[in-house]
Amino acid sequence: MRDVSIIGIGRIPVGEHWESSLRMLAAEAAGAALKDAGITAVDALYVGNAYGATYSSQLHLGALIADYAGLGGIEAFSVEAADASGGAALRAGYLAVASGLVDTVMVLGVEKSTDSIGSARVQARTISLDADYEAAHGATLPALAALLMRRYMHEHKLELSVFEGFSINAHANGALSDYAMFRNKIKPGRFAVAPMVSEPVNLFDGAPDGDGAAAVILTAASHAADMVPLPIRISGSAAATDTLTLHDRSDMLYLRAVNQSANKAYAQAGIQPGDVHLFELHDAFTILSALTLEAAGFAERGQGWVLARDLGITLTGKLPISTFGGLKARGNPAGATGLYQAVEACLQLRDQAGANQVAGARTALIQNVGGLGSTVVTHVLQV
Amino acid sequence: MIASSNPAASQREHFTFAGTGEVISFTTLQETPENFEEQSPYTLALVKLDEGPVVTGQLTDLDGTVQIGDRVEMVTRKLMTEGTKGMIVYGYKFRPVLPRA
Repeated sequence: MRDVSIIGIGRIPVGEHWESSLRMLAAEAAGAALKDAGITAVDALYVGNAYGATYSSQLHLGALIADYAGLGGIEAFSVEAADASGGAALRAGYLAVASGLVDTVMVLGVEKSTDSIGSARVQARTISLDADYEAAHGATLPALAALLMRRYMHEHKLELSVFEGFSINAHANGALSDYAMFRNKIKPGRFAVAPMVSEPVNLFDGAPDGDGAAAVILTAASHAADMVPLPIRISGSAAATDTLTLHDRSDMLYLRAVNQSANKAYAQAGIQPGDVHLFELHDAFTILSALTLEAAGFAERGQGWVLARDLGITLTGKLPISTFGGLKARGNPAGATGLYQAVEACLQLRDQAGANQVAGARTALIQNVGGLGSTVVTHVLQV
Repeated sequence: MIASSNPAASQREHFTFAGTGEVISFTTLQETPENFEEQSPYTLALVKLDEGPVVTGQLTDLDGTVQIGDRVEMVTRKLMTEGTKGMIVYGYKFRPVLPRA
């Protein structure tokens, strides 16, 4: 096994890119990553994409994007694990380079979410749920998150307002970034009175679907330093799964796969949660943020929301999270989200994060989640 | 009704449930998938069946508000219509337990 480093990063602003198609978004991020690495070719392309089949009526993205991005002929295919597709593709790229069988890999996440609107988009997203036992009953991911959140609030006797710190922090950080979909700030007190999507999940709670593409370039750590001034080392990489449905979990308020993949990544990197300088977690819903902080070792059970209340998650807090706005404000371009997390963590570790910089960041944790913890991919990045 | 009672088990067996249980969480959807739009808004719940397993299903025949702990029983209802020319799909929902005569 070889050590693996990130030598190039690229992304486009997340938003409603009605003027661009899926392949155009992908090619733009691919070009940016190649330029950043100072190279013109890679040996393989792994694409993270979750809803191409239903949002864009387009699969077979490896060949499509390799060709359109001018990489034609190389090994290329896509990796799917719902909203964890980007993280899973990064894991595949890591394994390929670590194995010694592939030298330089581009991992690219892309999603074209906003060509599909209203109830059609809601329907398109249900493809990642359990078709027979959830989607057939009218479930949606926000509704399932609501079931989880109401149960958490019931068991721990909490009001909705205790979650507001997650969204306030995400929007405060998004407001500083040109790449964020939402740059408005959320004022204290406004969260709990926002219009309901699926009570208790409201408009200020769930992350918006956006169009986006982001890419990283990986190579063996042994020659990364000859190629770029500041390669970022992938010192931990791990994936774990839990049941697809909430209802099959013996303890649904404990995200087992979050815990397992985080612990494996910590062990590989030789770190403890306390060594992490920033955490790009999967804040698709505030309940996921709270439960993630608990299962990943940053808070006791039932206490995940306390860090947000005490401003422990801001750019200057004990554990900065969602430093470029997270899914909530940067936006959630599903299959690309895991790559945005990787790009953002690299910017932090290179000290190139501008107004979003976490001072002295040397160890970053990124975690991409499919469903409500059914697939969880965790990476530790270090400089 | 039939449900997978143990996702970790390699050997599954069919088991018939009484169809009664209690609501352990619920939500009302304001944004619904295309195939469910004609029923919007509707209430989805996690129901813990008396035999132990939990299932996801809609609540129906609701008169008042729902609370965690409410007793419910399974009934057969229309779940969705697949577009204007597609199939009408029936399945289980749960309603508040009615007083027995």
